[in-house]
Formats: sequence, structure tokens, C-alpha cells
Amino acid sequence: MVDFVSVSLVVVVISTLLVVRVLYVISQSSKPARNTSQKNLSTLVVLGSGGHTAEMINLLSVLPKDRFAPRFYIAAATDNMSLQKARVFEDALDDKTSLQGPEPTQFMQIYRSREVGQSYITSVGTTLFALGHALWLMVKIRPQVILCNGPGTCIPICAIAFIFKILGIRWSNIFYVESIARVKRLSLSGLLLYKLRMADQLFVQWPQKQYPRARYVGRLM
Amino acid sequence: MDGINNHFEAKRTVFVTVGTTSFDSLVRTVDSDQVKEALSEKGYTHLVIQMGRGSYIPKKSSGEDGSLAVDYFTFSSSIADYLRSASLVISHAGSGSIFETLRMAKPLVVVVNEDLMDNHQSELAEELAERKHLFCARPQTLYQVIKSLNLDTIVPYEPGDANPVARLINKHLGFPAD
Repeated sequence: MVDFVSVSLVVVVISTLLVVRVLYVISQSSKPARNTSQKNLSTLVVLGSGGHTAEMINLLSVLPKDRFAPRFYIAAATDNMSLQKARVFEDALDDKTSLQGPEPTQFMQIYRSREVGQSYITSVGTTLFALGHALWLMVKIRPQVILCNGPGTCIPICAIAFIFKILGIRWSNIFYVESIARVKRLSLSGLLLYKLRMADQLFVQWPQKQYPRARYVGRLM
Repeated sequence: MDGINNHFEAKRTVFVTVGTTSFDSLVRTVDSDQVKEALSEKGYTHLVIQMGRGSYIPKKSSGEDGSLAVDYFTFSSSIADYLRSASLVISHAGSGSIFETLRMAKPLVVVVNEDLMDNHQSELAEELAERKHLFCARPQTLYQVIKSLNLDTIVPYEPGDANPVARLINKHLGFPAD
């Protein structure tokens, strides 16, 4: 009986602490930082495909490269165009920033949890495998800033980053820019991050009044 | 010499692109006699189709009999060159192709693929069509859209600006404003 009471007490205390911690993380994430003393923040860029990648490159081209460094690019293993585009973008910068660049830019591929047309039974296994792979990459990179704009590839990454924040492993600032293709409604990835409050800031490129916490920033393209 | 020059100047190419996947119903439609004749009537001389992974193979034609010259290929790393040399672009509704074409200020007809499961793509094409930056069609309405094509109604597209987001991200991270 005593055992049962003490065990339930421990469970209650831990879950309360966890809830408090989650709420704390969420509220801190949405607040802008005071002037940072850090010169540069390691940045993970999650590339989507096609149009998503083009939008991300447009954003990167106006971010100060010395602040967002070192940079890590991740794209789905089935997408061979996006990393290529990122390489072209980085090569064009090289001569200007190589002097101050602390660490070289890295390009990595990530397994996707489910390919189009894959059966649901096999996708349980591949999802676990993809999550493990995402966790491995996140442990290696431990980025301070995550930039993503969908589609699904960024969800495991953001979820792991959020768990890292709760556990105090690494505090990362997560920014999600909804695709310009979403005129009226958020995509599934955007909606998940919005509802679960996993992104520090979620930007939309068209006015979407039904999401009060999403910030309208105008078109990137 | 004059004749050659005239011929060169008169070359007006329609470039069709389906992107990285396939869009057979679009390729089949532009390859139909009806649509090809409509394009000819509008003064276009060449039709180049990027057909992606599609299984429908268009009929090649040199256009010697005065009809539209037709050529096709599956993929190319330099879609930009094809867009640049085109007088009219007919594209799938992917945002990548749409904005690449609009930024080159090329007349654009976007054809929405209704076979896609999650058909959010029509949102963007319809919004931009409403703003008169492009024309929006479905495979079955493409013929009508080309028939009534009036390029004078196009409102040039002003490219967007990533600086507002960049400023907010910098501010959120506590970096001093430049």
C-alpha cells in the first residue's frame, strides 16, 4: 500500500514538473531574446523539395551568413536536387565568408518515414528507423537555430529539438516559414507545429486570420 | 538573309513543363490537334514539352508543313534556359515553376492537376490568376483558355522580399539590428 502511494506520488510529481517545464519552454520560446552575446549560432536548415527549397534559399540569401554559422543542411534521401541547390548557393558565398567561417558547411541526407505508396504495415518499421536516424543527426548537430518550411521531413527534427529543449539538452530556436503555395490554410506540417506550439515563430506569406499566432510576412518569392 | 532573319524572329516557342513527377493528362492535352491548332493560330511556331516521368509520349514533328514543330524531353538541369527562350509557358501548378516563370516575366498558363490527392496547388494558381499575373486552367479547359488568351491583360508580377522575415528572425534571436 505504501509502495503504491509513494509510486503514485512520484508519478504525479514528475508529470507535474514535466507539464510545468513544457509550459515554461513554450512561453520562453515565443519571447524574443534580449541582445545576444553570441556572435554566431549553429544553424540547421531543413530543405523540402522543389518550391520549398527555392523559398528557403531566398530566405538564406538575406540572412547574415556570419551570424548563422556553421550551417548544416538536411534533405530527404530521395531528394537529390535540394542539397545540390544548397551547394550551389554555398559555393557562391564561399570566397566572401571563408575567412571568418568557423566550421565548414555540412550537407546531410535523412531517411523519410514513408514514401508515396508505401504500405502502412512496413511504414511502422521505416518510421521508427527514420526517427532513429533523425535523433542521431540531431545529437550530432545540436543546432541553436532550426529553419524549416515543410514538407514533412522537418517534423521529426522539430519534435526532437522540442524534446531536447524540455530535457535541457539543447535550447534551439525553431522557425517555420509556411510555403507560399498555402494561400488560405496551413499545411499539415505547419498546422502540427502551430497546434503543438513547437515553433518559436511561425510565419505565413499570405494573410491568414484564422491563425492569430502566425505572423504574416508577405511573399518571399 | 532577310528571310532567315525573319524566320528567326518569327520563332515563337511554347514551353510545357510538368516538373519532377508526371502529368500525362496535360501532355496529352497539349499534344492534341485541337490545342496545337489553337497555338498555331495564336502565332506560336514551336512546342517543347518537358514530360517528366510520364508514360504518354507526344508525337515529334519538324513543323515543315507549316504546323507547330513539336519536340519533347524528360528532364533537364537547365529548365531556366527553356523558360528564357519561350514566348509562352504552360506549367504544372508547382510553386517552383510558377515563380521561376513569373520572375522572368513570361506569359504563363498554369494547369492544375486534379488527380493529385492533396490538391492545395490550385489555391496558389487561382490566387495569382485572380491578381492577373497568370492564367489558370485544368486539362479539360486548356483549349478554351488558349483560344481566348489575351496577353495584354497580364499584370506584371512584383517579386517578393525575404527581408521582413529575416529581420524578425534576427530580432527574435537577439541579434542587433543592422
